[in-house]
Amino acid sequence: MTALAPLTTPGLDHLDALESHALFILREVVAECERPVLLFSGGKDSAVLLHLAAKAFAPQGLPFPVLHVDTGHNFPEVLDFRDRAAERVGARLIVARVQDSIERGRVVDPGALASRNRLQSVTLLDAIAENGFDAAFGGARRDEDKARAKERVLSFRDEFGQWDPRRQRPELWRLYQGRVNPGEHVRAFPLSDWTELDVWQYVAREGIDLPSIYFAHERPVVARDGMWLAVGEFVRPRDGERVEERTVRFRTVGDATGTGAVLSSARTIDEVVAEVAAATVSERGATRGDDRFSETSMEDRKREGYF
Amino acid sequence: MPVATKDVLRLATVGSVDDGKSTLIGRLLVDTRLVADDHLDAVAAASERRGVGDLDLSFVTDGLRAEREQGITIDVAYRYATTPTRKLVIADCPGHVQYTRNMATGSSTADLALVAVDVAAGLKEQTRRHLVIAALLGVRALVVAANKMDTLEWSRTAYERVVGEVEAFAAVLGATSVVTVPTSALFGDNVVERSARAPWYAGPTVLEALEASDAGAWERSRGSRLPVQWVLRQPGGGRTYAGLVSGEALRVGDAVTLLPAGVETTIRAIRYGGRALDEAAVGLAADVELAHETDAGRGDLIATAPLPRVTRELEATVCWFGDDPLELSGRRLRLKHTSRTTPVRVRAIDGRLDVGSLELTGAEALATNEIGLVRLATAEPLVVDDYHEDRVTGSFVLVDETTHATVAAGMVGRPPFVTDRA
Repeated sequence: MTALAPLTTPGLDHLDALESHALFILREVVAECERPVLLFSGGKDSAVLLHLAAKAFAPQGLPFPVLHVDTGHNFPEVLDFRDRAAERVGARLIVARVQDSIERGRVVDPGALASRNRLQSVTLLDAIAENGFDAAFGGARRDEDKARAKERVLSFRDEFGQWDPRRQRPELWRLYQGRVNPGEHVRAFPLSDWTELDVWQYVAREGIDLPSIYFAHERPVVARDGMWLAVGEFVRPRDGERVEERTVRFRTVGDATGTGAVLSSARTIDEVVAEVAAATVSERGATRGDDRFSETSMEDRKREGYF
Repeated sequence: MPVATKDVLRLATVGSVDDGKSTLIGRLLVDTRLVADDHLDAVAAASERRGVGDLDLSFVTDGLRAEREQGITIDVAYRYATTPTRKLVIADCPGHVQYTRNMATGSSTADLALVAVDVAAGLKEQTRRHLVIAALLGVRALVVAANKMDTLEWSRTAYERVVGEVEAFAAVLGATSVVTVPTSALFGDNVVERSARAPWYAGPTVLEALEASDAGAWERSRGSRLPVQWVLRQPGGGRTYAGLVSGEALRVGDAVTLLPAGVETTIRAIRYGGRALDEAAVGLAADVELAHETDAGRGDLIATAPLPRVTRELEATVCWFGDDPLELSGRRLRLKHTSRTTPVRVRAIDGRLDVGSLELTGAEALATNEIGLVRLATAEPLVVDDYHEDRVTGSFVLVDETTHATVAAGMVGRPPFVTDRA
């Protein structure tokens, strides 16, 4: 007996194969679900996702709006980029603010300099419920974290927005199945199989615009919790911490209070690709304070409805 | 600058609980230095906290809280590894029978099964079950780690007994290649580093066997298939039909038939991401323009000869995952096949597959995780090939109409290795 044909032709360009799979997922979810939305943080993964979404439906525009959950703790470069990117693809941008959730008493303000990372889940789930979204595209990748490595491409959320890792829907072949009952929704991750290096190679190939903070620049930083934090409105030096001027770049973009920079001299896309290819520390390990609370920080947040 | 494009090998781990699948993957990733330093530190810290030694390699992929507490794999973990010669997409699958649905999820897109067998225990019932499921899903290449060789002082006799058992069973299942490697994943023998403890073994290490495998190679061509997923309206009034190409490549000028309508036409143009192409390779999300005006839409299929068949009646093999049994008068179901979803009824249950004897025996119902042969009737016509001819047009899932849960994996046709005693 001969072997079954693989799902992609051997020799099909690796990035074309990943891109095609992502376009397929985007179209499949739009066809199966009533009210999809694309979650857009302004980071590199969501920039790639937005680029793919525009490609999947061209020459028509995006058949869904774009949602930014705004912690209020932003890098200004990222907000500029968000508006520019949404405008370029003609997307309708919805901004859901953690500050509004605080003012409405849905969550408690942890203080001006504390991370609002975990609070975002409430703001996100409220926005999904208020808009009646039944599918939310996210840029999460399985290589980011051990809990994400376990998640389906289409990941079911119950009426409380919870992910139950013990009862995920079987997901066979490329038969993505996104139907839900009212109040439930799915998260859809077209970049599931992409690695950080794939993302950068794709950014380089497609010439995708990114926030400037992804490239090496000089800025005042303090060393804290094994990371370099950018001194600014949301990070003030504590007693005993010394502010230093360093050449850094960001490998991820999140809440400004908890996202670290890495020392880097990579000022161009090609230099970043080379740096990422040689990296021995993972991107979240190098840059995310929110993953350090416990052994299963990401799983715990995801259970509550996090991205 | 960009790493050169490499062939991708998609593999799934197969084997019983406690035979060392996750440890094997952990060893493979750690010894090829494909685990980031901070992830390795976290594995070491978690191992210490849970009192399971310096470095519990299974924690590299067993990332859920419950998995670490119970020391088992519950759901598939996907890992991506690049060796000097190829890219590996690894689905580390659970071994417990109650998580068969997750094992099937991981195997459904795999080209090769990496099997862990405890040499002291031999080929267990659960391993046989998984090998059968992998074979049903079309995985024909096996790399077998005859594992825990350290527990039997590297006994060549024990290794050869496992080789014999594995090869006999693999032959029955129609495997095209089987490589069995004596290993100790725990100590790192013959996984990435060649072991000095088995001087009698001259074959490849596990990594070498994976790198050399031709499991992903292209062996057949049997017509192009483009299930229409989405219709794109072009400026000027034309339409193109978007979908993922399967079977074989589609070319401009190809004579095609739009099914189930049966309209014959030709491919006038192929586009990908806005650019014109002469040929769309398998796996490309292309959109095509047809020479004739048609009313094609989502759920239709564009095909070249030999054409798939159009039918409302299916004989199919199903793996049942529902909590309640599959019965003739059971819950209302929907069937999703390519881009078409239709109500479906179970007309008959022709038998249950005994995974030990590979015989089909009479059955009234299929319980959770059982495999059976059924006949289905669909409300709308489907355009199908047999699964062993085409993995895309031969596969479907069944969905519970009320909960929308996915309750079965289905393969059109009957598996070639089954004896019918029903």
